[in-house]
Amino acid sequence: MIQAILVFNNHGKPRLVRFYQHFPEEIQQQIVRETFHLVLKRDDNICNFLEGGSLIGGSDYKLIYRHYATLYFVFCVDSSESELGILDLIQVFVETLDKCFENVCELDLIFHMDKVHYILQEVVMGGMVLETNMNEIVAQIEAQNRLEKSEVRQVL
Amino acid sequence: MSDIVEKTLTALPGLFLQNQPGGGPAAAKASFSSRLGGLVRGITALTSKHEEEKLIQQELSSLKATVSAPTTTLKMMKECMVRLIYCEMLGYDASFGYIHAIKLAQQGNLLEKRVGYLAVSLFLHENHELLLLLVNTVVKDLQSTNLVEVCMALTVVSQIFPREMIPAVLPLIEDKLQHSKEIVRRKAVLALYKFHLIAPNQVQHIHIKFRRALCDRDVGVMAASLHIYLRMIKENSSGYKDLTGSFVTILKQVVGGKLPVDFNYHSVPAPWLQIQLLRILGLLGKDDQRTSELMYDVLDESLRRAELNHNVTYAILFECVHTIYSIYPKSELLEKAAKCIGKFVLSPRINLKYLGLKALTYVIQQDPTLALQHQMTIIECLDHPDPIIKRETLELLYRITNAQNITVIVQKMLEYLHQSKEEYVIVNLVGKIAELAEKYAPDNAWFIQTMNAVFSVGGDVMHPDIPNNFLRLLAEGFDDETEDQQLRLYAVQSYLTLLDVENVFYPQRFLQVMSWVLGEYSYLLDKETPEEVITKLYKLLMNDSISSETKAWLIAAVTKLTPQAHSSHIVKRLIQEFTVSLDTCMRQHAFELKHLHENVELMKNLLPVDKSCEDMVVDASLSFLDGFVAEGLSQGAAPYKPHHQRQEEKLSQEKVLNFEPYGLSFSSPGFTGRQSPAGISLGSDISGNSAETGLKETNSLKLEGIKKLWGKEGYLPKKESKTGDESETPPIPQESTIMENVDQALTKKDQSQVVTQSKEEKEKQLLASSLFVGLGSDNTISLLGKADTVSHKFRKKSKVKETKSGEMTSVHNMTCSSFSSLSNVAYEGDYYLNTLQDRGDKELKKFSLNSELLDSESLTELPLVEKLSNCSLSTPSLFDDNNMEIFHPPQSTAASVAKEICLASSLLEETTEYIHSNLTEVCNNETISVSSYKIWKDDCLLMVWSVTNKSGLELKSANLEIFPAENFKITEQPGCCLPVVEAESTKTFQYSVQMEKPFTEENLSGFLNYHMMDTHSVQLEFSINLSLLDFIRPLKISTEDFGKLWLSFANDVKQNIKMSESQADLPSALKTLQQKLRLHVIDIIGNEGLLACQLLPSIPGLLHCRVHADVLALWFRSSCSTLPDYLLYQCQKVMEGS
Repeated sequence: MIQAILVFNNHGKPRLVRFYQHFPEEIQQQIVRETFHLVLKRDDNICNFLEGGSLIGGSDYKLIYRHYATLYFVFCVDSSESELGILDLIQVFVETLDKCFENVCELDLIFHMDKVHYILQEVVMGGMVLETNMNEIVAQIEAQNRLEKSEVRQVL
Repeated sequence: MSDIVEKTLTALPGLFLQNQPGGGPAAAKASFSSRLGGLVRGITALTSKHEEEKLIQQELSSLKATVSAPTTTLKMMKECMVRLIYCEMLGYDASFGYIHAIKLAQQGNLLEKRVGYLAVSLFLHENHELLLLLVNTVVKDLQSTNLVEVCMALTVVSQIFPREMIPAVLPLIEDKLQHSKEIVRRKAVLALYKFHLIAPNQVQHIHIKFRRALCDRDVGVMAASLHIYLRMIKENSSGYKDLTGSFVTILKQVVGGKLPVDFNYHSVPAPWLQIQLLRILGLLGKDDQRTSELMYDVLDESLRRAELNHNVTYAILFECVHTIYSIYPKSELLEKAAKCIGKFVLSPRINLKYLGLKALTYVIQQDPTLALQHQMTIIECLDHPDPIIKRETLELLYRITNAQNITVIVQKMLEYLHQSKEEYVIVNLVGKIAELAEKYAPDNAWFIQTMNAVFSVGGDVMHPDIPNNFLRLLAEGFDDETEDQQLRLYAVQSYLTLLDVENVFYPQRFLQVMSWVLGEYSYLLDKETPEEVITKLYKLLMNDSISSETKAWLIAAVTKLTPQAHSSHIVKRLIQEFTVSLDTCMRQHAFELKHLHENVELMKNLLPVDKSCEDMVVDASLSFLDGFVAEGLSQGAAPYKPHHQRQEEKLSQEKVLNFEPYGLSFSSPGFTGRQSPAGISLGSDISGNSAETGLKETNSLKLEGIKKLWGKEGYLPKKESKTGDESETPPIPQESTIMENVDQALTKKDQSQVVTQSKEEKEKQLLASSLFVGLGSDNTISLLGKADTVSHKFRKKSKVKETKSGEMTSVHNMTCSSFSSLSNVAYEGDYYLNTLQDRGDKELKKFSLNSELLDSESLTELPLVEKLSNCSLSTPSLFDDNNMEIFHPPQSTAASVAKEICLASSLLEETTEYIHSNLTEVCNNETISVSSYKIWKDDCLLMVWSVTNKSGLELKSANLEIFPAENFKITEQPGCCLPVVEAESTKTFQYSVQMEKPFTEENLSGFLNYHMMDTHSVQLEFSINLSLLDFIRPLKISTEDFGKLWLSFANDVKQNIKMSESQADLPSALKTLQQKLRLHVIDIIGNEGLLACQLLPSIPGLLHCRVHADVLALWFRSSCSTLPDYLLYQCQKVMEGS
């Protein structure tokens, strides 16, 4: 199961924080901060897996991350997930974001935080991987966008 | 693709500075005008954290005003909500907006609702009280005809939903499993999985529907159901073996490319699905040859097909390897898997190398030669720049440690330990080093030095067991007394040297260890006198950086050394200084020392040398206080009531008025006769009994391991001990502590590899040979059996901890001795009481017994009932050890034994007396057939296995054993061990089964073995299914009692069940419940029915049901938190079944 999905930039500013297990607000912030420090220390040419440390769950939990230009995507998962599988899931998520936002950049994540969450909801639901097929995810998002347009039209 | 991201994202900092749209056109257009845009821009422009805080607080207060203003439209609210989410993400509290998020989800149109739901799922948690307000909205949306609304509701349910409200949405979500759209079905499956995670009892009845989801025509739905199966198989793999074939077929289809191309990811067919399936197969095939055989082909094919050089194929390969090593081994596959691991380990890609090491760590116990093949790579990984790789390598080394390579491996671990700063890593590694050191230490010096390193680095973060175990090890020693003394002496010397070093700070825990060891074993020193040691301790005591806890340890050490010292001016100085200390605790210790110091003879007696492991006798009855208690009572003081009794009384007073005359409660056979009718309750009666209760109830006074300072004669002149947790029995000497036999130092392989190489290479080779020594094929056996065969040099002596019966006896003896000082009255009172308990135990008609005793309907008094059930709960454990002789006059014992025997022999008659199940055959072979049946006795479930010898030969040493199960307590009935089964006859074995923990269904398995004609022994395994119902008995109480009990129980569960036409009236429903569930119908009032049952041994469960049209509303209550759920499940089953 996925415990948390964190996206932050090179300065540690959170861009997306989604926990699938309840932590009090302060602990969440602490997790984001410590994860950032853990990840920041690592060069780009070493492995993408980290032990979660004492904050989330202990030795059963792993942090799996990818670094894209200015953003870190970190998934915190337990032992029931495959490390390499999650690594590719991050790739799927980012590629989907790229498709939905047409050349995604950090700004999209900031200004369309809600949309990013909706996309994430189609990939991971309640900590479980829901869909890994990019076309299917994009199709779901487009269906929702159509809805948005039709509502706007109604208002007009 | 990632290049694109990179380009756009690297351009970003510039974008912010210029403050103009450009990088992301879509982003800029829509949002820079919005207020979120303004906020973000504002924050980005700021430089300090403080300014950001100020800005956000400003933003939050303006948001607060906006959201609570009545003029705010839902559309504005939606916009505000996004800003609130942003603020919360940055870590600022926006709790004032939570209620508005819920409102938005309730009232908004689709888009607003979507934001509302998102905000709720981000803001709240499962137990948040506001969440209840969302339930209705979710129910409404689940019933909506709009697909998007349904999906939103399902999403929110799977993220966050209050557990107690699951019944409200469960039927709706179950319906969604048949929905025409696959996305809805898929989300419904995941929502149900979430329910399975948070409240497994409530979804037990829909397991069949999960199976349907597994067979869904849509691959996505099937994939979603795999989450559930992975979980359930992990919990109990035996229940799903029948699905192995299906999983194998699915995997075959996926691997064979039978899925639509849509599911391909980088031209690999559905990789995540494959991973999931491989994991499931691994769990199913574990230790099960037959199941494993089914999957060999598909695993082979998976290995073959995964040849593309892409990340995700490696993910599949890794899972394959893992599965192959988990299931019943097949050599061909193992060979291929080993090759695969080689690919991983040797890969230049670090992720793969990491996984390769992980795989090696996993398989190392099965196949140590694999580590030998890759030893050079492992050595390289030890110096890898990535600490994660290093750590994984150390983990691998930890697994292959033996007596020969211990020093090298521990040295590597210590090196890593000195570099790492993360607390988590330190704790973990320090534990491992300590464990290895205890197991394989080559000599004293090494052991003490290693432990010194552990203590100084691990310091105050390590697990407290480490210093405790170390001290115990030192104190208890091994078999060889001189060896022990040397170890202690070495420890003392090394600590003294450490303390001599100036300006070094040791962790507090380390200092505590030192002070204990110095206090105990300084007498072993030749050169240094006790005075010198005391001086050193004194210096530490005066150090400000030392915590007061450590100072207490130090003072204790000084106290122990004082009687050995000849001159005492430092001790006097110390006393002077600390008797005026501001710390009360220190002052107390100093005064103790002062008074002891005045009487050196007493002190020597009190603190003898090297007696830390001697046992102490504890007068747990506190009988020396008898006089004091008696005096207090005679002056009119109230008798002592234990804490729990006071609480019970307080509770019962709060809840219901006591209508009973007060006098009655005095005749209660309640706990232990504290309020005996005689009214003359004497001191040790009370104290003796409180000692007993202390043992029965683990949460009250614990007597083991408490230092005894006070006895009958006052202060006991006994040695003070720091390792207070010793049990009462003397240590049993270990038979052998001989070192693990010596393996050949170098394997042939190693020797052949020593060829001329560069110097560096040679070093590595050298390291390799020292690391992998004892791992070769010659030593495989010793390694495989590592866990059990290696005798630990520094193993703790097995201090018999499970001396329950022993303790029991000793305590009883103690009670006995205190009894002897009792007056007759008290003795009789106590005896009377115990017979009562005993009788209660025998007949187990507690409630009728009770009413008969009290000669009135005093049963209605609530605390009494509870006390009584407590009492009968603890009785069996008390009398199991045949300790009753202590309390019983001889005739009574004889009588009860006689009764016992007759009980055993007359079992078959008894069968007719109680309800019993039919005889069913559980296993058989050509000579023997085993059948079993259940007898539902009033007090327990009696399982009878009857063994029929079909052959004409006599069977010898027949033995039937039941495997211990977590949820049961199984007791063999006396008189049923029949080693010989004569030809063509039937013998029975009887076991009484008590439930320890509620469950729904559980297997009880065991085996029968016997010898045929002295030749070979045959073993037959069997298992039977026990259900909760086997432990439910009717509870016969009155309506009035029902009312009172009802009010006192906090755990309840409600559920409505639809009934079929035929049985849609109360009487028939009640009849079903009475017959199938053994509930007792107490009363019928109009269309409501009251029923009660008890879960053995004595947990009451109450049911209130009401019929309304064709709906039966069930309402359960119990004192046990899980019982209502289980009962509900059973009810649903019988009502639906009938």
